[in-house]
Amino acid sequence: METIGGFAIWFGVIGRFWPVWLGLAIIMGLSYAFKNRLGLYGQLYDSGVGIAGLAIVLFWILTAMFADSIAPFDPIEQFGLLKRKPPGVIEPGSGIPFFFGADNLGRDLFSRMVQGSKFVLTIAPAATLVAFMVGITLGLPAGYFGGRIDTVLTFLANLVLAFPVILLFYLLVTPGVRETPIPTTMAAVFFIFPVIMFATLFKTGYGARPVLFWTLMAFTAVIGGWLYLGLVFNRDPLGIVGLDPNELNIFAAVVFASSPGVFRIVRGLTMDIKTRDYVAAAQTRGEGPWYIMLWEVLPNARGPLIVDGCLRIGYTTILLGTLGFFGLGLSPESPDWGSMINQTRGFIRLVPTIVLPQTIALASLVLGLNLLADGLREQSLKD
Amino acid sequence: MFILRRLGVMLLTMLTLTLIVFALVNLEPNLKKLALEQNNNRMTQEAVDSWLEQEGYKRPLLVRYGEWLGNSLKGDFGYSTRFRKPVNEVMPERLGYTGILAFWVMATMVPGALIIGVLAGMREGSKTDRSLSVFSIATTATPEYVSGILFTVVFASWLGLLKGVSKAGDVSFENFALPVMTMSIYGMGYIARMTRASMAEVMTSQYIRTARLKGMSFGAIVTKHALRNALIAPFTVIMLQFPWLLTGVVIVEKLFNYKGFGWLLVEAADNNDIDLVLACSLVSVAVVIVTQLLSDIGYAFLNPRIRVQ
Amino acid sequence: MSEPILEIENLSISFFTRAGEIPAVMDFSCTVMPGEAMGLVGESGCGKSTVALGIMRDLGNNGRIVGGSIRFKGRDLVNMSDAELRHIRGSELAMVYQEPMASLNPAMRVNRQLMEVPMIHEGVSKGEAEARALELLAAVKLPDPERIAGAYPHQLSGGQQQRIIIAMALLSKPALLLLDEPTTALDVTVEAGIVQLVRELGEKFGTSMMFISHNLGLILETCNRITVMYSGEAVEAGTVKEVFDRMRHPYTQGLFRSIPLPGADKNVHPLMTIRGQLPLPHERPRGCNFGPRCDHFQAAICDIGDLHMQPVAGETGHETRCARSTEIDWAAPPTGLTVHEPVKPGEVVLSVDDLKKYYQVAGNSMFGGGEKRTVKANESITLEAREAETLAIVGESGCGKSTLAKILLGLETATGGDVNLGTTEIGSVEIQDRDTRTVSSVQMVFQNPFDTLNPSHTVGAQIIRVLEQFHIGDSLEARRKIMLELLDLVKLPREFETRKPRQLSGGQKQRIGIARAFAGRPRVVVADEPVSALDVSVQAAVTELLMEIQRSSRTTMLFISHDLSVVRYLSDRVLVMYLGHVVEYGTTDQVFAPPYHPYTEALLAAIPIADTKARKKHIVLEGDIPSAMNPPSGCPFQTRCPRKHEVPGDRCEREVPAMRKLANGHQIKCHLSDAVLDSMESVISLSEPTGEAAAEQPIPS
Ligand code: SF4
Ligand code: SF4
Repeated sequence: METIGGFAIWFGVIGRFWPVWLGLAIIMGLSYAFKNRLGLYGQLYDSGVGIAGLAIVLFWILTAMFADSIAPFDPIEQFGLLKRKPPGVIEPGSGIPFFFGADNLGRDLFSRMVQGSKFVLTIAPAATLVAFMVGITLGLPAGYFGGRIDTVLTFLANLVLAFPVILLFYLLVTPGVRETPIPTTMAAVFFIFPVIMFATLFKTGYGARPVLFWTLMAFTAVIGGWLYLGLVFNRDPLGIVGLDPNELNIFAAVVFASSPGVFRIVRGLTMDIKTRDYVAAAQTRGEGPWYIMLWEVLPNARGPLIVDGCLRIGYTTILLGTLGFFGLGLSPESPDWGSMINQTRGFIRLVPTIVLPQTIALASLVLGLNLLADGLREQSLKD
Repeated sequence: MFILRRLGVMLLTMLTLTLIVFALVNLEPNLKKLALEQNNNRMTQEAVDSWLEQEGYKRPLLVRYGEWLGNSLKGDFGYSTRFRKPVNEVMPERLGYTGILAFWVMATMVPGALIIGVLAGMREGSKTDRSLSVFSIATTATPEYVSGILFTVVFASWLGLLKGVSKAGDVSFENFALPVMTMSIYGMGYIARMTRASMAEVMTSQYIRTARLKGMSFGAIVTKHALRNALIAPFTVIMLQFPWLLTGVVIVEKLFNYKGFGWLLVEAADNNDIDLVLACSLVSVAVVIVTQLLSDIGYAFLNPRIRVQ
Repeated sequence: MSEPILEIENLSISFFTRAGEIPAVMDFSCTVMPGEAMGLVGESGCGKSTVALGIMRDLGNNGRIVGGSIRFKGRDLVNMSDAELRHIRGSELAMVYQEPMASLNPAMRVNRQLMEVPMIHEGVSKGEAEARALELLAAVKLPDPERIAGAYPHQLSGGQQQRIIIAMALLSKPALLLLDEPTTALDVTVEAGIVQLVRELGEKFGTSMMFISHNLGLILETCNRITVMYSGEAVEAGTVKEVFDRMRHPYTQGLFRSIPLPGADKNVHPLMTIRGQLPLPHERPRGCNFGPRCDHFQAAICDIGDLHMQPVAGETGHETRCARSTEIDWAAPPTGLTVHEPVKPGEVVLSVDDLKKYYQVAGNSMFGGGEKRTVKANESITLEAREAETLAIVGESGCGKSTLAKILLGLETATGGDVNLGTTEIGSVEIQDRDTRTVSSVQMVFQNPFDTLNPSHTVGAQIIRVLEQFHIGDSLEARRKIMLELLDLVKLPREFETRKPRQLSGGQKQRIGIARAFAGRPRVVVADEPVSALDVSVQAAVTELLMEIQRSSRTTMLFISHDLSVVRYLSDRVLVMYLGHVVEYGTTDQVFAPPYHPYTEALLAAIPIADTKARKKHIVLEGDIPSAMNPPSGCPFQTRCPRKHEVPGDRCEREVPAMRKLANGHQIKCHLSDAVLDSMESVISLSEPTGEAAAEQPIPS
């Protein structure tokens, strides 16, 4: 079987990623040029750690976006002849090399790694976003009112946090659970939070400006309802958004596991910010509690929340990998990094490189997110 | 009063969590799977139903939960369908194996993390700080199933120094090095970052300036004034590592085929071994809650502002 | 003539940041002789603390001495090695800091922190160090030194902590003691105790001192010589007497004219304000840094090249950095003052009758079981405020003034008694249950400029929100117009509409706070120390603005303050509070003249006055303000009252005195007999100006 050498492999890989390089150059170049006008995001370009983190994260985002044109092969197509072949082997049919070799079933590792980024980069940020909405909507009143609401909500949050994550997933992400209405119910509950949050946000902020208010409410209802139908019930009338039952299961479980953490942070920040004079000023002009929470407290908690968001996306990426690693909830075909690690790890004695693409991809994405969080933290402290 | 309330909350947490686990393992599809596994795979729906009826799985959930609770309080955790032995005969041994593993992980991770954190935070912004910080970030970005595999590739496949699998109960360097290293390195970065942040904050505080302007040397300032204050925050973090340690244990035990508690948990969950899953959950949750309590007490002890009131 | 302890020549210090070099101190010189106390005054950002840290050689990672020399007892400090420096620090050169709590190690007992000093520098044994520590604790007049030695810092009060830091600084008998705003974080009566202690210890140990403060009055009370700093430079230096009585720099003069001195009156002699604000370090003008704010500025003289300190003719040691010091007529009275007719107060707008506020707090949560304790934050408060009148509420921390404000605003409800706004009862109505008009009728100006505006919203949006909330204006455009007019009202440019609060200076933020409070045409404005966090030169402008708006809108103002000079200057009537009780109530003239309540008397005596002609009676209170959780029996003031012995028996300890009505509505809550009250003398007296001093007297009196 023909192979290409190390140098040619790297050359080929870099070549395949051309849309990513182009995108990176455009985005980072423009951002750098206008960094003074871009607020906190622009300040990132002042720190080495921030630039490195941003570059890595952007790299993977762009890879996920252009995955179909970067990956030379179908990620689930099996080439029986090429099973466990080392990097650089040329697929005889098309003459295109398997840059990173083939896995145990003869699938192109490079294509699988590239396609795998799509799964992680949709589920992880989306689940984190929903977890944030849930955590914020519950954490604000807990921190602001204190008292009984706080006691009950904190107890519930601690309940979830006391549950070892892995056990939680073993119980919650199973085919058995999928046959019950549990995942759908959970998702239905979680997805209602963003809608409530935006509705309250507009109601309290723009209640005095009817035209603006009702336009925004209409938007919330339409977009919220559409996403709701699509994501929770997989019945998008337009057929654009949708989640498989097993993806929904994972999604709900991930949101469930990470909202208590967000809740705790939001609660802590709220308790701190509510002692500020501008909150007292809002109270003395008779503002309602939800206005104060959403418009006076929340915007000033955004710094730490953004940093935590980055870290949490990273953590969710690890979690998704863990799920794949234990073979929970995902089909064996799925090109997600965790499953790939699990399926290939038995063959490292024979072909050590067989596990490298997916492990390095996963670790680098998380590293990028952590570096980005660190850069953001450093820069936001400078104000 | 405070402590009583605390204990009450702990108890309530345990009860709620076990009830949730109980409900989840007893879901209809899970029971069906159990029936099929225990008998034969081609059973009809009626046969399944009658088997479940006969074994008592059809009674109301709360009644059965109460029964389980009563037995557990008597120290009887039921029967493992996977190992076909009472849970009490399966679990302690596995727990012991994992205990040894966890001990070595803690013993290497905590001192390592604290040293790294203190060295980095001591002089914020220095070269040592930068390189150690990047190191800690990198390790937190590498979960066990990534680092473990990379270590195996390097140490077992390429260098051939260590083995890729670990036998339970054999406490030797060769056997333990890889799992311990895998777990402790992942946790180390996190604790080190907390320690660094705490140390850096303390080093810029005014009482450190007071000490400096008293004419103390840098070493004396760090050891006498900074360390104690800087270690208060990481202490809580370390104690809260236990729940994480459990996930890590499960991953590492699967990765290196180490037959400890984590391996047991996976076996139990994969086979819907109801009593064993419940017992495992009980143990894990208890570990988490007890460490939380210890961490609160320890925190109050370390911090005179709370202790003396 | 002996050798100077400290000689600083042409010192320049810069901080190096990513934005480049930021000069913090430029061309600074001064000398401190043995036993002498040098005062360093200036506003925040003028570089005075940087000078102190420069002397200690503790400028952090990015600060560096870029020029000049510091000689300490003839030795060069600038080029001293670290080891030598360690040897000097804490033994020959010691420092006392602004925030006593933060400056003590929270996890270490007090005596261990003290003992370190002799152990490091003199290598003495543990036992001896301990004995020395105890001795010093006694010397700084801490009660029960042994108990305090074994305590952790958080168990002590701010005043006690500061005494410990002073003890720590003096343990090795330093030749020079640097005090960086040592009393700023403390209450006035506690401050007076510390000031007295510093003065006594200075005499006892013969220590030279450098006293850094923004408060001219404090400098007058503690120092022999003074250096005034502005924007990184010393602008005037000399003996205290010379600088206070014959200042030769327009900035110094402006400072003196902008602080209220006894005799100032808001209608006849308004405070003079210094226009503009401190230049940022990288925006300093060419030539004189004070140029853009100076009334005597003359192009081609003031804005060419660097200015240097030059001696004032006829006075050795008195120097100024003003190029026109010889041309200016220093005795000329301030110009541009408008004299206002005193405002006639209208009818009663706000009346409070026998107001009580008690809080239930849980006992010790760890071990104390469930019993609750009652904290009496306000105890039978009665007051009246009329339209267009200013009522001052005076008191130190824990006196209950903030609780009173919260009840008025509806953030808390009263436990007992009535609060009436016009004819509506509001004391038991929470803010959510008040109607819009009532809410907009009682508004507040907050203390801390950095906290008063929400950093996330623009200035314009924040004011418009207030208008929306109060239903003022019927469309967004109308509200925007009103908002712009409000900006005009508080004398800020209309461009500020789109600014975020972090782009504003403290004084500007406070102006927005005022605009916000007055947006809903309030009948009562509660001003909680509205200027205390601002720089001296900005304070006057904000105070004047507040009064001007109040005058034109005939709003009632409740002015909460601990600063009696400001209170005397601007208020019509005064309420003095201590531990939740009103101890004295009357018109400003009544409260500031005998008979006094003993607490008011002590408070008056504690206020430092920046006037060399003012004479004060010497009253320094012992101890600290008791905690409201655990108030003393009988008279709330009895634990510290210097006149307690004049009341026969132990009445003060047994009975809470009743409010006594003296002449013309003046009320005092004290057991002292009429005879004692009548025999009280005025605390502050101005010695008659004589001869030359009268002619040059800069202060309108
Ligand atoms: S030098 Fe000119 S601008 Fe500066 S203080 Fe003197 S008169 Fe004013
Ligand atoms: S009642 Fe007694 S203790 Fe109270 S102020 Fe009067 S004299 Fe002093």
